[in-house]
Amino acid sequence: MRIPCPICGNRDSREFDYMGHALTLDRPAPDAGLGAWDDYLHNRENPAGPTRDLWFHGLGCGAWLVVSRDTVTHEVFGAELARDVTGGRA
Amino acid sequence: MAELTAKTPCAGLLPISAGRVTVTEVDPGPMTAIAPFKGKEKTLAGALDRAHGLGGPAPGQTRVKGHVRILWFGHAHALLVGVAPKPTLARHAALTDQGDAWAVVQVEGAEARDVLARLTPLDLRDAVFAVDATARTELAHMQAAITRVGAQAWQMMVFRSMATTLVHDLDAAMRGVAARR
Ligand SMILES: [Zn+2]
Repeated sequence: MRIPCPICGNRDSREFDYMGHALTLDRPAPDAGLGAWDDYLHNRENPAGPTRDLWFHGLGCGAWLVVSRDTVTHEVFGAELARDVTGGRA
Repeated sequence: MAELTAKTPCAGLLPISAGRVTVTEVDPGPMTAIAPFKGKEKTLAGALDRAHGLGGPAPGQTRVKGHVRILWFGHAHALLVGVAPKPTLARHAALTDQGDAWAVVQVEGAEARDVLARLTPLDLRDAVFAVDATARTELAHMQAAITRVGAQAWQMMVFRSMATTLVHDLDAAMRGVAARR
């Protein structure tokens, strides 16, 4: 599998660490309630098909990416800098 | 007061050669990581040019002027090599001394690329990785920086603490390539 890092170009997947589903970028408000926080921390879909994950280019440029891929076909559709996805918010 | 003797990261390990490949240690001189403050990327490039005659490198590129080299060194930072940074740069970027933190070696020879191909997933073909191209990548499971400095010459950097592993893995790869000639 190759991941198209927006900075480095196409790179072998061994240069990356998988960091979980990209929904972690959508952190609930501090007062969103226990249900929202429980969901955010612990509950994940297990999609057969398209998904969006965070990948860390640790053996490369060091950027965090949001990668779109298909869990069934293993096709990688693209990658964006997580910074650009979030507009720079933490 | 004790007299301390400075040792290079690969002291006693290099040079080595096998087949048509030689590995030598490089003394890079001062090395400084330069990470622009938010929104200061453009003014940093100007300041770098005024201070050292080198602009900021584009991703995957190096700029060279005399014995001074600036490498793109990853997401939003660069590495200035061969000269101490002028203090004016600190108005635009965080400057971190990296001197003594890295082992730097040069791998050179007719089969150098074949040796590297055993150790890194990086695409090293001419069309992708020309002279003066640089990359952060994996080298035998280590975080590394690889810069092409000549038609058959590459400089490689790993953390200083991994110098012995670097030389060990290079040596094994070199002997493997030589044995299959
Ligand atoms: Zn990258």
